[in-house]
Amino acid sequence: MTAQPKDIATYNFAYLDEQTKRMIRRAILKGIAIPGYQVPFASREMPMPYGWGTGGVQVTASIIGPGDVLKVIDQGADDTTNAVSIRAFFKKVANVAVTTDTASATIIQTRHRIPEHPLTAGQVLVYQVPIPEPLRFLEPRETETRKMHALEEYGLMHVKLYEDIAKHGRIATTYAYPVKVEGRYVMDPSPTPKFDNPKMHRSPALQLFGAGREKRIYAVPPFTEVVSLDFEDHPFEVQTFDQPCALCAAENVYLDEVILDDHGGHMFVCSDTDHCEKRRNAPTSPLWGGRAEGAGGGLDQSTPHSTPTPALRADPPHKGEGKEKQ
Amino acid sequence: MTDEPLLRVSALSKFYGSRVGCDNVSFDLWPGEVLAVVGESGSGKTTLLNCLSTRLLPSSGTASYRMRDGQFRELYRMSEAERRFLMRTDWGFVHQNPADGLRMTVSAGANVGERLMAVGDRHYGKIRATAVDWLSRVEIDEDRIDDEPRAFSGGMRQRLQIARNLVTGPRLVFMDEPTGGLDVSVQARLLDLLRGLVTDLGLAAIVVTHDLAVARLLSQRMMVMKDGRVVESGLTDRVLDDPRAPYTQLLVSSILQV
Ligand SMILES: Nc1ncnc2c1ncn2[C@@H]1O[C@H](COP(=O)(O)OP(=O)(O)O)[C@@H](O)[C@H]1O
Ligand SMILES: [Mg+2]
Ligand SMILES: [Zn+2]
Repeated sequence: MTAQPKDIATYNFAYLDEQTKRMIRRAILKGIAIPGYQVPFASREMPMPYGWGTGGVQVTASIIGPGDVLKVIDQGADDTTNAVSIRAFFKKVANVAVTTDTASATIIQTRHRIPEHPLTAGQVLVYQVPIPEPLRFLEPRETETRKMHALEEYGLMHVKLYEDIAKHGRIATTYAYPVKVEGRYVMDPSPTPKFDNPKMHRSPALQLFGAGREKRIYAVPPFTEVVSLDFEDHPFEVQTFDQPCALCAAENVYLDEVILDDHGGHMFVCSDTDHCEKRRNAPTSPLWGGRAEGAGGGLDQSTPHSTPTPALRADPPHKGEGKEKQ
Repeated sequence: MTDEPLLRVSALSKFYGSRVGCDNVSFDLWPGEVLAVVGESGSGKTTLLNCLSTRLLPSSGTASYRMRDGQFRELYRMSEAERRFLMRTDWGFVHQNPADGLRMTVSAGANVGERLMAVGDRHYGKIRATAVDWLSRVEIDEDRIDDEPRAFSGGMRQRLQIARNLVTGPRLVFMDEPTGGLDVSVQARLLDLLRGLVTDLGLAAIVVTHDLAVARLLSQRMMVMKDGRVVESGLTDRVLDDPRAPYTQLLVSSILQV
């Protein structure tokens, strides 16, 4: 045991006591052993309200070590209040190195996105999950949904997709799009856009999901099959954008709409701020010169390197997470 | 067609503590046969039906069902997974209150399509076409397919519940007072429809009712229950026209009709 710096002496390493961390690690191991299965765990009070990622924070606290490098994103951005405060929390209670660089992070805690930069073996992606039960919206009884998972009765998931098509002419679910893991458990990938679903499939990284209020942990081990549910005549499709990022000209990335002024001025930019900034800062990037050609005509040219702050972003989906409320 | 029954029930009893639910009930049900279970309120009809459909486990006795492969299976020894599979494929259950058997917050089409999706159908167009077909068979306009049953009348809801149950081509349907909560004119139409479907599809059914007219119209055979026991059973016309047990005589003479 190395001596800990004075300013964290009042906390156990990573805030949680060792007993709790062991309990959570057991839940994580069980989750890894049964990919996609929701493992109940005794969620602890954290020094932040539910809805601020208490599940993800507990998972991160249980796996993080002094040598880890932590990245925290909220809707793809490293600089939102939620991401900044969780990063600051771990810097304080675990004294770990933090980064915004996807490639150099060993643990990435996320709310609602998977980074654009491909994850690699050895990295861990920790998702903050508000509602872990994908069947909840059609079957509110927990006793019944557990039984449905146990007996692999997943017809109801397709009822939901059927309703989408009947109402909208296509599968309109764009967030929290249900997946089947390793051919067995149906899982809610948390409110990530369905754009990110293919990134989960056979990812070399370990994916852990923590739902604090609901007291559930689940996992997708590296190189696991993750298949989005669909119909033969309405196959799963990711969102496409008809223009590239207005700042870095990236295509085939997930874009957020950014409001520029009160007169309806707006543009679409990478939701992954690290990805966007990297592309714009790369000295060899051919995109640098072409940036002005993007849709971002109204952008303040004096700060070409900064990604719009969250306050400027059009309000992205929060807890509604693309599941229509009845 | 076949010389073996579909369901064999032997000495089935269910006690709620010391209270008798049903007591020592035995019978065979044949493929395509409709059996009515009649008796006044509290006589054990629902308890018997729930035991047979495995929604309730009996205190003692056995029931064996002939599966599609011809093999008899003891119902109360099946795994829960097997029983639930049977319930959503080869069996139907029509509740008196349609809200108990429908998903009230999803469309009529999805209500009908659910069982198809549960057994693995993954073609939206085909599921929808089948739903349209079944809605028309229970006399619901095709243009109501995307409406929720909440917007339906009681009679329509009951017809939707029937379609939802029949879509997988079950061989046995359990019904608990299927016309119970409906107006008399609506009842008559539903009974006509049920009789037509049961005949067309060659369904076997066990219909619980306190209404002897329903038994007369739907069933070939009936059992009369009192205090949990079967007091008389036989061909429906015979029992109603020539009741032998004194209790049945009272019932038929309408003194006891509820
Ligand atoms: N869940 C239960 N707990 C205790 N007693 C019950 C329960 N369900 C039914 N009973 C009793 O069992 C008897 C038969 O009831 P039931 O099967 O509902 O009759 P029926 O359907 O003919 O009206 C009645 O005396 C009833 O009070
Ligand atoms: Mg009853
Ligand atoms: Zn960009």
